[in-house]
Amino acid sequence: MSTTHMNTHDAHDEHHDHDPAPHNVFGFWLYLMTDCLLFATIFATYAVLFMNTAGGVSGKDIFELDFVLVETALLLVSSITYGFAMICAHKKDKKGTMSWLSVTFLLGAGFIGMEIYEFHHLIVHGNGPQASAFLSAFFTLVGTHGLHVTAGLIWMAILMIELTVSGFGSRTVTRLSCLSLFWHFLDVIWICVFTVVYLMGAI
Amino acid sequence: MSILGKLSLDAIPLHEPILIATFCGVALGGLILAFLLIKYNLLGTLWKNWITSVDHKRLGVMYIVLALVMLLRGFADAVMMRLQLALSTNGGDGYLPPHHYDQVFTAHGVIMIIFMAMPFMIGLMNIVLPLQIGARDVAFPFLNNLSFWLTAGGAILVNISLFVGEFAKTGWVAYPPLAGLEFSPDVGVDYYIWALQISGIGTTLTAVNFLATVFKMRAPGMKLMDMPIFTWTCTWANILIAASFPILTVTLALLTLDRYLDFHFFTNDGGGNSMMYINLFWAWGHPEVYILVLPAFGIFSEVVSTFTGKRLFGHKSMIWASGAISILGFIVWLHHFFTMGSSANVNAFFGMATMVIAVPTGVKLFNWLFTMYRGRLRVTVPVLWTLGFMVTFTIGGMTGVLLAVPGADYVLHNSLFLIAHFHNTIIGGAVFGYLAGFVFWFPKVMGFKLNEKLGKAAFWCWLVGFFLAFMPLYVLGFLGMTRRLNHTDNPDWNIWLYIALVGAFVIMAGIISQLLQLYVSFRDRKDNLDTTGDPWNAHTLEWATSSPPQSYNFAVIPTVSDIDAFTDMKEKGEAYVRKDSYAPIHMPKNTASGILISGCVTVMGFALIWHIWWLAALGLFGSFVFLVIRAYTKDVDYYVQPDEIARTENAYLDSVAKG
Repeated sequence: MSTTHMNTHDAHDEHHDHDPAPHNVFGFWLYLMTDCLLFATIFATYAVLFMNTAGGVSGKDIFELDFVLVETALLLVSSITYGFAMICAHKKDKKGTMSWLSVTFLLGAGFIGMEIYEFHHLIVHGNGPQASAFLSAFFTLVGTHGLHVTAGLIWMAILMIELTVSGFGSRTVTRLSCLSLFWHFLDVIWICVFTVVYLMGAI
Repeated sequence: MSILGKLSLDAIPLHEPILIATFCGVALGGLILAFLLIKYNLLGTLWKNWITSVDHKRLGVMYIVLALVMLLRGFADAVMMRLQLALSTNGGDGYLPPHHYDQVFTAHGVIMIIFMAMPFMIGLMNIVLPLQIGARDVAFPFLNNLSFWLTAGGAILVNISLFVGEFAKTGWVAYPPLAGLEFSPDVGVDYYIWALQISGIGTTLTAVNFLATVFKMRAPGMKLMDMPIFTWTCTWANILIAASFPILTVTLALLTLDRYLDFHFFTNDGGGNSMMYINLFWAWGHPEVYILVLPAFGIFSEVVSTFTGKRLFGHKSMIWASGAISILGFIVWLHHFFTMGSSANVNAFFGMATMVIAVPTGVKLFNWLFTMYRGRLRVTVPVLWTLGFMVTFTIGGMTGVLLAVPGADYVLHNSLFLIAHFHNTIIGGAVFGYLAGFVFWFPKVMGFKLNEKLGKAAFWCWLVGFFLAFMPLYVLGFLGMTRRLNHTDNPDWNIWLYIALVGAFVIMAGIISQLLQLYVSFRDRKDNLDTTGDPWNAHTLEWATSSPPQSYNFAVIPTVSDIDAFTDMKEKGEAYVRKDSYAPIHMPKNTASGILISGCVTVMGFALIWHIWWLAALGLFGSFVFLVIRAYTKDVDYYVQPDEIARTENAYLDSVAKG
């Protein structure tokens, strides 16, 4: 996402505005709306194809709700800890921000680890994405969310390095805010995944 | 598998004389261009002022150059097809074998929609929109540069497919299962996928960028409903892009998974459903045609209003009509495949939703007519394009309403009637609009007007050529000729195919006139200089700057109190006012990051097409590294100093005073 910006909408304020946050955060919101439609399309695909099991397993046969519940808990708690990180960031409390980001990172990594384990488990039992349209849609929907979380983790790691090396620069809080939006957004998507895929699939 | 994946010398089509000749032509042209650039020492300028530029006006020019180059390529494809059909009617074989002909019609569609019309529209939007709302640039100038280079990356992939491997043979929609691995095992569909995917992501980013721009960066006093109509139609188009291009991204990604990893989204086996692809494709594809045509409607509105010297009739109703078209555009996708076999009620719903679109479109036509009513219309080239559009597009719209009747569609589906219909609306609507906008805003961008005589010649050739080339296709559709035929044997069709070929040549004369027009206008530019920045006595803020505009657009951001902001300023005597002092202006610096990131992404695309996995990983990694480097570059902006602004502004105001 671009980091340059110009504050031009006020003729009487030609001074350098050191906080480019309004445009960046608003622009990031708009980007998230496009990402939301991206997920909506994959959800629609899943809804059309989830019955097409091609004689193979259906959701009922493979979903383990207990496992997914733990996974879900990790991600949801990571949203709260990210919120704490943002509170510290607004206070420019470097140590607090770093600690909460680390906790968030570990929770996110735990979520991804569990997802990889689930995928691996399914694939070795012959229920990989090639087995049926249902499994193709399942792996794509959950996997796209997983890839987003992974991208969020990489982004978080980069921001943690930024914080460690140079502390709070002029753009750091803006960047943390964008990642915060991204992280919470992925939580919302996961709640839909949990409901539509796992809960409704296991019934 | 070798280190180069599927790529080997066999991929070079040495056995195709047409391709080899084309390659030699392109290579020679490229060498001459490179020679000229080096001889006149322009490489540095090209890099510093254009390739790395984050200036929305320069990016707009680059988009339009890309569009014009791709127009020539896409048009060459069109002439080849018309020639083939004229030669191969009546039982002949023609000169293009099916496997080549199929690539030509696929490439023609993809190029004209994605790499001609889209860059042309986005180019005009880039140039005009920030100026119209009184902004210094877009919200994210670097992102704008990146978007352009992603679009260019996609275009480069399509052009590489001409000489390395092949392009898709599926038609521009690439429906599975034909586009699946089973029936298209070669790299053609992969070129299609990655070209569209990469440029599509660029387009999505453009929409995000311009939406942020109009919502956050309007000049003080400019309320949303007071925005100029071109800005508004572009905004609706951007909303459509933001809402529909993610669908394309997903659709292509699912096809990619089917082709690369053996998934079963659209396959015949494993529970796949190819109609899913067709639904998703048109859930993007139908809004896409409104993305193309809405900004053209905006251009016509600006042209009609400017050259009648009146305010646009029904400015508000124009905004709401565009909004209605945008929303309705999302609930009509199924009319592209009534023959899928949905229930009569479903087809009826989509048929009626389609017909309803004629209402807001009609509102627009009447608005333009009422604007002209009792006005003093100056019949300039942009006005000619507009009048030509109003007649042509009305015909195209009515055949569209005809096709929206499911019963009629069952007969006309995939016939040449359909081909005639959508060329009628896209050429008669979008392309005429862009060409009107091209002539209209040319003096703003380049500082001199285009030659009027050759402009009129181009218009008449295009208009007559269009009717000659496409009206016969309506007839052929009724006579039962379907699209994508390679050779035919029906004596009744001959004469219509011959007339259509003549039409294509008349359009070619129009395009040649336009190239000549560019040459002659550039040669005689001293006689046609636009010294005031307002050559047409126009209404909106882009004309309140010099031609070409200063890099910072406005020395002082204007305060707006009227829909026709510049007319208002001129009437109140607030235009062309000399200021005693100026404040420094904060501007973004040019950057190579855009082309570096998109270069890596394009290499990744090429590597994925040929299954060169290590190179794909390298491309992905490279783009990531350049992105991070960009994110941590501190030196991204500078200030234009007051004395420099004063010098520039005084020179401009002196030139205005001289007239």
